[in-house]
Amino acid sequence: MGFPGVDFYGIDEMLSEDERAVRDLVREFVDEEVLPIIEECAYEGRFPKELVPKMAAMNLYGPTIPEYGLPGLNNVAYGLITQELERGDSGLRSFVSVQSSLVMFPIYKYGSQEQKDRWIPALAKGEAIGCFGLTEPDFGSNPNGMRTVAKKDGDDWILNGAKAWITNGSIADVAVVWAKVGGSDGPIRGFLVEKGMKGFTAPEHRMKMSLRASVTSQLAFEDVRLPGANMLPGVEGIKGPLSCLTQARYGISWGGIGSAMATYQCALDYAKSRKQFKDRPIASHQMVQAKLAFMITEITKGQLLALRLGRMKDAGTMTPNHVSMAKRNNVWVARECAKLAREILGANGIVGEYPVFRHLANIESVFTYEGTHDIHTLILGQAVTGIPSYNPPME
Amino acid sequence: MNHVVCIAYVPDTDTKIKVGASGTSIDEAGVKWIVSPYDEYALEAALRAKEAKGGTVTVLTYGPAAAETGLRDGLARGADEAVRIASEGVGEADSLAVATLLAAQIKTMKADVVWLGNKGVGTDAQLVVPMLGELLDLPHVTLVTELDWKDGSVVAHREIEGATEIVEAPLPVVIGAQKSKAEPRYASLKGIMAAKKKQIAVKKPADLGVDIASMSGANAAVVWTKLELPAARQAVKLVPADDPAKAAEELLRLLREEAKVL
Ligand SMILES: Cc1cc2nc3c(=O)[nH]c(=O)nc-3n(C[C@H](O)[C@H](O)[C@H](O)COP(=O)(O)OP(=O)(O)OC[C@H]3O[C@@H](n4cnc5c(N)ncnc54)[C@H](O)[C@@H]3O)c2cc1C
Repeated sequence: MGFPGVDFYGIDEMLSEDERAVRDLVREFVDEEVLPIIEECAYEGRFPKELVPKMAAMNLYGPTIPEYGLPGLNNVAYGLITQELERGDSGLRSFVSVQSSLVMFPIYKYGSQEQKDRWIPALAKGEAIGCFGLTEPDFGSNPNGMRTVAKKDGDDWILNGAKAWITNGSIADVAVVWAKVGGSDGPIRGFLVEKGMKGFTAPEHRMKMSLRASVTSQLAFEDVRLPGANMLPGVEGIKGPLSCLTQARYGISWGGIGSAMATYQCALDYAKSRKQFKDRPIASHQMVQAKLAFMITEITKGQLLALRLGRMKDAGTMTPNHVSMAKRNNVWVARECAKLAREILGANGIVGEYPVFRHLANIESVFTYEGTHDIHTLILGQAVTGIPSYNPPME
Repeated sequence: MNHVVCIAYVPDTDTKIKVGASGTSIDEAGVKWIVSPYDEYALEAALRAKEAKGGTVTVLTYGPAAAETGLRDGLARGADEAVRIASEGVGEADSLAVATLLAAQIKTMKADVVWLGNKGVGTDAQLVVPMLGELLDLPHVTLVTELDWKDGSVVAHREIEGATEIVEAPLPVVIGAQKSKAEPRYASLKGIMAAKKKQIAVKKPADLGVDIASMSGANAAVVWTKLELPAARQAVKLVPADDPAKAAEELLRLLREEAKVL
């Protein structure tokens, strides 16, 4: 039986027919194509590459782009896509977020016509995979401090440095790499680094305990020579990468709800069928009910937050502060739901027969990437007080 | 080459079927409807043929307005046009009535290949394909898993008991699709958006010159007299296996005395 959806507040009525159709398509895809294989993939630490062309044929990459044969969906529909994908697996959703929000978005928004014509169709069709290199081994929450540097040599650029924790790194055909131009005081610019370029390697991070169905890698650049035309002409400064992160974080705000729906639904079904003490389902015990009540309440609040965020994004009134609130809250909701679901499942909460532990492990990555929970707390603190408590990068 | 794909909108195969109050039809409350899975294979084959050789694909159904969801899904997957023959106000239609309506509509179209699922999930009668062939006076091939195209004819692979039968038929032809390696695709988001804007042509049986009252409901050739659910499965009897020798003995006794299979 397919996923029935979690909708305590009749939120479906606030979605358009199109938005529901998009959601239902991805929901069906996740039920039929993702859930049957994803537990094995995560256990084996394998990215399900076989899903890449299928998702491409459905237009799941860059779906908000209105050109290049892409559907030009609104942002609520895009959010519903990431929600359903993350109901499947945070790693799979990460793949799509990176491809769409962190690679296609900057190329589409800041790229030259040639860059767009070359990469957008290939990325949309899944013929090329992209990655986004911002974080470095020594610079995570503070990307402004990055050391990767691009120096001019004639018409070319010579790139040196290293990136860390890069989703899709080892399987990417093109990396959007952010580097300082000239030296450590130079402005940040985006570069397109292509697979196979001399001096560019991308070894995978080993022994990952989270997001195991997703590839995470280091990128190393040793005198990589880039043609001048490989720089993104349309943006300069930290606002370049941060504007991409705003797009991806927006999708994650919905994704968190998807993860929470998966663990909640599993815990609810389990609690109703598992019997302990006098043949009563564990769902009849008040402590279990309290957990389920907490979960459904937080999910519902998170759904409303995400939907309002989407409507604001479509209306052009969304700010990065709004995104920070939704990313921070909704990933926290997912994390709490995963923990509670794991408790409700007892021993079954730690095995791959159920999706709960995988989500619990996955959400730790999501809690940290795209701005840690605490960094978003600081952004909100600054937003309401006007006082930066640290030195936050601003879009 | 023009393809017409007939699709039936049927209860999801996951549905827990309940018998309706009349005792001769199912209770439709809470039933989720889907395009019959065999029809999805038919549509997929037609779409692939169109992609390889050009032409058009039209999806056609006989059913209520709700069945337009199935047609829209066909459009979203890549069909060009959609036609619904309206079932509103028509009594229970048997296979012959359905085939008669489909044939009347198809006669107004220029079809080179008429595709159907080999059977409709639900009633599983497997009658509409041969009936349609007869009514259209066209050759028909059932249980088709693969089709090769020749000038003016098709070579069809039929899945028969333990073998594949290969037959050739001239165009136009009626094809009953079996499950095959060509897995039905998902709709694309672009397709969903485009499908919404398309008009679905709706025809009444009278528009097609069919006197449906004379062949449906009580006048149908086949009338459902009673619908019964299979007897509920009995609870499983577990033989405790603490002592394997004793358990085997007990199992034998049960098979002999209770199940009476030995
Ligand atoms: C699976 C995975 C995939 C990733 N994919 C990508 C990718 O595709 N591209 C990319 O560029 N990056 C990616 N990242 C990197 C991710 O964005 C960083 O891990 C994240 O920004 C945090 O950086 P850090 O790990 O260096 O932690 P740090 O910045 O060292 O933070 C460690 C702790 O200190 C806290 N902290 C830091 N500064 C402050 C402060 N001023 N005040 C209070 N607390 C503070 C943080 O909240 C955190 O709790 C990925 C990470 C993971 C785990």
